[in-house]
Amino acid sequence: MKQENIRNFCIIAHIDHGKSTLADRILELTSTVALRDMEQQLLDNMDIERERGITIKARAVRLKYKADNGEDYVFNLIDTPGHVDFNYEVSRSLAACEGAILVVDASQGIEAQTLANTYLAIEHDLEVMPVINKIDLPSADPERACNEIENIIGIPAMDAPRVSAKVGTNIRAVLEKVITDVPPPKGDENAPLRALIFDSYYDQYKGVIIFVRVKEGSIKVGDTIRLMATGAEFQTVEIGYMGATDLVPIGELKAGEVGYIAASIKYIGDTQVGDTVTTVENPCSEPLPGYKKVNPMVYSGIYPADGAKYQDLRDALEKLALNDASLSFEPETSIALGFGFRCGFLGLLHMEIIQERLEREYNLDLITTAPSVIYKVNMTSGETIYIDNPTNYPDPALIASAEEPMVEAHILAPSDYVGNIMELCQQRRGFFRDMKYIEANRVDLHYDLPLNEIVYDFFDALKSRTKGYASFDYELKGYQKSKLVKLDILLNGEMVDALSFIVHADNAYARGRRMVEKLKENIPRQMFEVPVQAAIGGKIIARETVKAYRKDVLAKCYGGDITRKKKLLEKQKEGKKRMRQLGSVEVPQEAFMSVLKLDE
Amino acid sequence: MTMKNNLGIYIHIPFCVRKCPYCDFYSCISDSSVKSKYVKSLIEDISSYKDRRLSADSVYFGGGTPTSLTSAQLCGILDAVKESFSLSDDCEITTEANPCTVDFMYLCELRQAGFNRISFGVQSAVDSELVSLGRLHSYEQAENAVLQAQKAGFDNISCDLMIGVLGQTEDTLANSVDKLCSLPITHISAYMLKIEDGTPYDCERIRNSIVTDDTQAEFYLSAVKRLSENGFMQYEISNFCKDGRMSRHNMKYWKLCDYIGFGPSAHSFFEGRRFYNERDINGYISDRSSVFRIEDSSSDAFCEYTMLSLRLSEGISRDRYVSLGGSQKKFDSLSKKLVQEGMAKSNDDRLCLTPKGFLLSNSIILGLL
Repeated sequence: MKQENIRNFCIIAHIDHGKSTLADRILELTSTVALRDMEQQLLDNMDIERERGITIKARAVRLKYKADNGEDYVFNLIDTPGHVDFNYEVSRSLAACEGAILVVDASQGIEAQTLANTYLAIEHDLEVMPVINKIDLPSADPERACNEIENIIGIPAMDAPRVSAKVGTNIRAVLEKVITDVPPPKGDENAPLRALIFDSYYDQYKGVIIFVRVKEGSIKVGDTIRLMATGAEFQTVEIGYMGATDLVPIGELKAGEVGYIAASIKYIGDTQVGDTVTTVENPCSEPLPGYKKVNPMVYSGIYPADGAKYQDLRDALEKLALNDASLSFEPETSIALGFGFRCGFLGLLHMEIIQERLEREYNLDLITTAPSVIYKVNMTSGETIYIDNPTNYPDPALIASAEEPMVEAHILAPSDYVGNIMELCQQRRGFFRDMKYIEANRVDLHYDLPLNEIVYDFFDALKSRTKGYASFDYELKGYQKSKLVKLDILLNGEMVDALSFIVHADNAYARGRRMVEKLKENIPRQMFEVPVQAAIGGKIIARETVKAYRKDVLAKCYGGDITRKKKLLEKQKEGKKRMRQLGSVEVPQEAFMSVLKLDE
Repeated sequence: MTMKNNLGIYIHIPFCVRKCPYCDFYSCISDSSVKSKYVKSLIEDISSYKDRRLSADSVYFGGGTPTSLTSAQLCGILDAVKESFSLSDDCEITTEANPCTVDFMYLCELRQAGFNRISFGVQSAVDSELVSLGRLHSYEQAENAVLQAQKAGFDNISCDLMIGVLGQTEDTLANSVDKLCSLPITHISAYMLKIEDGTPYDCERIRNSIVTDDTQAEFYLSAVKRLSENGFMQYEISNFCKDGRMSRHNMKYWKLCDYIGFGPSAHSFFEGRRFYNERDINGYISDRSSVFRIEDSSSDAFCEYTMLSLRLSEGISRDRYVSLGGSQKKFDSLSKKLVQEGMAKSNDDRLCLTPKGFLLSNSIILGLL
C-alpha cells in the first residue's frame, strides 16, 4: 500500500463520550469484523474496561476502506487510554498517528479529559478532527458543543460530522473526513529502520508482542532488531498487522505502517513503550524523540488477607507485570499485616485496576494500605532520600527539610459548584491559580494541589460536592517544600505500622482525629477495652476507646446437644479468621480500608 | 452384669400444650392417639437396649413438656427404663414439668413410680412477664405446684428462671429471685433469654424491645449475686444449687460422661461416639430403625473438654488441657489477662471463670482453642 493511501489516527474523548462505540461502528462499517464476531466494544477487551467504560490498554487495528472517490485506503486506528494515569502511554500512541478524532458528547460538551488529551494531540502536531457524537439524545445541542470546541480549543468545528455512534448515524462521513483531513504518513522506506513502540503485551506462545509504528525504513521477518533504550537484541520471528480479532502475519512492515513484531522476547521489561526499534544490520543514528522511562507516582502495600496466600499473590503480580511494564512490586513485611508487597502505580486508577484484577482474576482477598506518594527528605547529613512507605519516614530530628510532589489540576464544572469546589481544594491545601469561564455557566478551575491530598479520596469528594458534574485532570508538577509529619496509629498502646501515614502538619490533628473515629467504628467490641490513639512522634493527639463487650455466651447447654454449640463456636472462629490479630486486638480487614475513605 | 458405665439416660417428650414463642426445643401439639403411639415407640426403643446390660445413675425426662403425658404414660416409660437398664440405688430420676399440667395426685403417682427430682418451668415471679413469655400459668400456680410437689414427697425440686424477659427490670428480677429462693427448692436454672432463629420471637419487634446485651449482662451479674446471697451457689454458667445438689444428669453433659438419648432430637454420647436423632416425631414412630441416627463425626475431645469444662465453676484443668493438645503458652497468657481483668480465678492447675468471665465464655473458649 502506498503511503498516500494510509491514514493513521486515534480517537480521543472524555470518558463515556462514546469513543469505543464509535470505534466499533467504524469496525463494522469497514467490515473488518464479521457481524457474528461483533461483541460490544471490541477494542476494550478486558472485563474491567467494558464495565467501567474505560480503556486501560492501547489497542490498534487495521481497517480497509473503499472511499467515495473509488480508491482503497488502509486505516490504522489506535485506541488510546483516556486517563491521566496513562498519560505517557497516550502520548506514545499519539506519536504513532498523524491525526486524532476528537469525540465530543453533544449533550455534555467539553470536559477536563477532553482538553488534556486534545492539548496532548496538538503538542504532537496531530491534525485534530472534531466529531460531535450522541446527536440522537433529546438533550443534544451540537451547536453548543461546536462553539465550545472553537472557543476553548480554538480549532474549527462547524463542519464537524454530527453522528450517533450508538445508532450508527453518519459514520461514513467520519471516514471520508479522515481521508481529506488527516495527512498521510511520510517517511523514507529506504532509510535505516526507526519504529516507535507504542504498546506491548505478553503472549504465552509467541512471547512479547510489540506494537510499532514504522517511521522510517522497513523491517521483515528474520531481521535482527535492537531496542535502543534497553539495548536488547532479538531476531524477529513474525511480523504483521492487527486484525480486529487476531494478528495477521504479512512478513514485512514499511515506513508509514502500523503493525506488530514478535521476536521471542521473554520479558516485557525489555520492550518499553516509547522506545525505538532499529535493525542491527543497518542501525539508525538517533532514536525517535520523546522516550522516557515512566516511574510510579503512587505506592501502596498489598497484602493477602490470608497470610498463606502470599505465594499466590506473588504469582498473580508476576503474571500481571508480564503485561504491564509500569507495575512495580517488591516484597515487604509489616508487623501488622505480615508478608506482602510494596507496589508502585502510575496513579490511583492504575492502582484500583490492579487491585481489582488481583481480586477478580486471581481470586485473592487483599488488604491494601493507604496509598502514599514519594516524599523527598533532605537529611541534616546532607543526604537526600526518597520515601514511598510512611513506616520508613526518618526521625524528625534527622530531617533538615521535606518536600512533597505537586500536581497542576484542572477541574471543569458548572459554575454553581465553584464554591463547593474551592472549599474542597482549600481543605486539600490547594493553591488557586485561576478560573476561566468556558461558557456562560461552566468554569475551568485551575489549582496546584499536593499529590498526597488527591491520592486518598479526592475524586469521590469532588463528585459528591458537584453531584457528579465535575471532571478532573492533573499532571505532575515537581516537588515543593512542605511541613510534613508522620502520624502513627496505636491500638492498645501498640503501633500499627500499616496504618502510619504522612500528612501536612496543619492537617495532622484533624486527620488523626478522623482516623481514630473511623477505626473505632470499624473495630468491633472485643473482650477487653481497646484504646485507639493517633500520635505524632510519641505525642498522643487523639484518642477513642472501643468498649469491651459484656456478653458472648451460650447460656443454655442442655439436652446434651454439644454438636450445635460446637457449630456455633466454629462459626465464630470463622468470623475471627477474617480478622487480623494485632497484639491482643482483632482488627477486621474493613478497618484497614475504612481509613482510606475519611471524607464519608 | 457390667456396672462400670453409669450412664445418663435422656428421654425426650416432644409434646406441649402450647408452644412458647422463645423456645426452640423440638416439640409439637398432638392428640392423645399420637401420644400413645409415641409412648409405644419409645418403650420399644428403650427395650432394644435390654440385652446390653448397661447401668445408669440418672434418668431425665425433658421436652417439650413431659407432664403433657398422663402420669401412667410417664411411669410406663420409666418402668421400661428400669427393665432395660440397671439403675443405681441412688439414681437421680428427673422430669421437667409445666406448673399447670400437674396436680397433687399426678405428682404422687410420679413419686410413687420412682421419680425423685422435678424441674418446673417457672421463669418469673411476675405475672405480666409470664404473659409476655407466652406462659400458660400464673406465678401463684407455679408456687402452688412446687408446694404440692413437696407435699407429694419431692425433696429435690428445681425451678427455671429467665433473665432478660420483656418488661423485666433489675427490681422485678430481684423480686423473682427472692421469691423463688423462698420456696422449698434445691436448685435454680437461671438463663438469659436468647432469641433463637426461626422462633416467633425471632422478629424485628421483639429484637427491638428486649434489653441490650450490656443490660442483660448487668442483670445476670446481679442475679448471680442475689442467688448466692440466698444460699444458691453457682456451679455452671446458668445453674445454681443449695447443699451441693447439682443436677447429676446435666453434669454428665458438661463432664463428658456417657449418655443415651431417646426420642426425636435427642442426643447421645456413647462409646466414644456422638449421635443424635432426627427432629421428626412421625419418622420416629414409623421407621425408627433406618436413617434416624445422625453421627457427629467432628467429635474432638480437646475442643469439647475446653468448651464444656469452662462452663463449670470448677473450671478447666491446665494439665488436662495441655495433655489433650492445648498450648501451654496460650493458656498461661490468656489466664493471666483474665485474672487481671477479674474474669477468672486461677489456683494451681485450675482456671475457673467468674460470673463476669462466664458472660464472655465463648470468646474465652475461642481464645483457648
